[in-house]
Amino acid sequence: MLQDWKNYQPLLIPNIPNLHRMDVYEKNGGYEQLKKVLTDSEYSPEKVTNIVKDANIRGRGGAGFSAGLKWSFMPKPDGGPRYIAANGDESEPGTFKDRQIFEYNPHLFIEGAIIAGYAMSITAVYVYIRGEYRDWINMMQKAVDDAYAKGYLGKNILGTDFSIDMYVHSGAGAYICGEESSLMESLEGKRGYPRVKPPFPAQKGLWGRPTTINNIETLANVPLVIKNGSAWYKAIGAETHPGPVLYGISGHINKPGIYEYPTGMLVSDLINEVCGGVRGGKKVKALIPGGSSTPPLRGDQLEGVRMDADSLRTAGSMMGTAGMLILDEDTDMVDFLWRVSLFYHHESCGQCTPCRDGTGFLEKTLIKIKNGEGEMRDLDLLLDLCTQMEGRTICALADAAAWPVRYTVTRFREDFEKRVKNTVYALA
Amino acid sequence: MSTTYTFSKEDLAEIEKIKAKYPDKKSPVMPVLWLAQDKFGHVNDDVQKLVAETLDLPPAHVFGVATFYTQYYKKEMGKFVIDVCTSFSCQACGAYDILHYIEDQLGIKAGETTADGKFSIQSVECLGACGYAPMLQITNGVYCNHLTKEKVDVILDKLKKDEMPAFERIPFPQHTTAKS
Repeated sequence: MLQDWKNYQPLLIPNIPNLHRMDVYEKNGGYEQLKKVLTDSEYSPEKVTNIVKDANIRGRGGAGFSAGLKWSFMPKPDGGPRYIAANGDESEPGTFKDRQIFEYNPHLFIEGAIIAGYAMSITAVYVYIRGEYRDWINMMQKAVDDAYAKGYLGKNILGTDFSIDMYVHSGAGAYICGEESSLMESLEGKRGYPRVKPPFPAQKGLWGRPTTINNIETLANVPLVIKNGSAWYKAIGAETHPGPVLYGISGHINKPGIYEYPTGMLVSDLINEVCGGVRGGKKVKALIPGGSSTPPLRGDQLEGVRMDADSLRTAGSMMGTAGMLILDEDTDMVDFLWRVSLFYHHESCGQCTPCRDGTGFLEKTLIKIKNGEGEMRDLDLLLDLCTQMEGRTICALADAAAWPVRYTVTRFREDFEKRVKNTVYALA
Repeated sequence: MSTTYTFSKEDLAEIEKIKAKYPDKKSPVMPVLWLAQDKFGHVNDDVQKLVAETLDLPPAHVFGVATFYTQYYKKEMGKFVIDVCTSFSCQACGAYDILHYIEDQLGIKAGETTADGKFSIQSVECLGACGYAPMLQITNGVYCNHLTKEKVDVILDKLKKDEMPAFERIPFPQHTTAKS
């Protein structure tokens, strides 16, 4: 089924000029799925949840968890407020996909979020967008205002008794706020400290009420599933991880950018066919498949690897956000890894000691190696630090900081060995 | 000498609108800090106190929030704050060369402000424009992508004349190559 990717027509960001405008979106079948779901008595909230569950939309924010399954964790409505927090924080380095939806097809996301709201009896959707995206926040706010004006948001939508509000909330420059519980803390006007789980957001989320957190791209997939059915959706791309994906490709590549293709694309097709190969005809030294937290793969590990959760797990990495960074053969992996560690040191929220101190030690040790003052035993020290960080903190930031270090040092060890002094310690 | 900061009637009306979006009184802190920063150019201690008074919150809470998020300027900055992304996608595409070039052009280092108070430079973490590297952002606003030294010269010249570069809409590659 993937043979035909060359004739693939984008679904999330179709080639329709000015689709971000309400009139154009409506003319192209926009909000029809919302109308269908709200007015056709066949579509009960449970049925919508089941369609999405059956379609197996896997979260596009990094974890790859089934969206429908997540929705089904919400408790029965008790008459009180319930929330969706739509995660547009998008601060995983290498990731720049959600802004394309804000810019080119915001109403697809809004429609998807309202349908999700109907399925879970939600009273309000908070769209959390990173603060740096000022221009895209304004675009999104405009789209939300337009949807209110048309009666797709607000009280008694389309004459039914379903009401929902949508608010756009701007972050202010904190990577950690992309973590779901930290995002909720931030929405509640606090420092973005991740919460201890359980209780999970479905039990106790925003303002202590049931909450579901979904990525922007995940929700944008919902109207497509409602329109064409789950069987159609499951036939797109990889079997266990279906659907269209926005691949964000950056680094030493001839034509970087965002490309929409089915999941399960061959990495080599994306690099060579879609992006016109590596700059200067060089070889690929490393690929980071889904944002900085995913373990880097060596260029010689890439044969036959496909961009879906299972294939990448077998290869020794993860799908993440599908923000792919390609590094050419001249890249100094010590420099690269130092910059990754600097990022995590800067972004650690400081709640848990293994992360707050661990990220700092990683960076310090890498500076030492970078400056030619490292010793062979520092490489083992780095790996030891990773072991002391992984799985020992409230959220996954410590793991996300440790994995690139662990896998860069082990998979590109020759780069590191070249930079360290080969000190021999005699036993006294 | 200390400046007194106050919200105008229009600002207070805007703050009421913000408060209506959230179910409790703590939650509007971030949007109100943004409003204050857009108005005063920074959120120093005095502005934070004003925000706390306006929202009837302890100043310590507002201080805690303002200092957690990097985009709030806790001290006065240059009129134009040039945030150069040096995270690794940009690093791989020569972001440090661009950063050092801007430092040379303005005669200051990252983290400093020019004596005339016009420019500040910061080296910042990923801004989400990895495919358009290297890039910079001006005062939490416009993104300038695909930087070269020549392009930086044009941007700095514009800013010296108080002109903001325009928003760059980057075409979606599959739209431009699609067969019609």
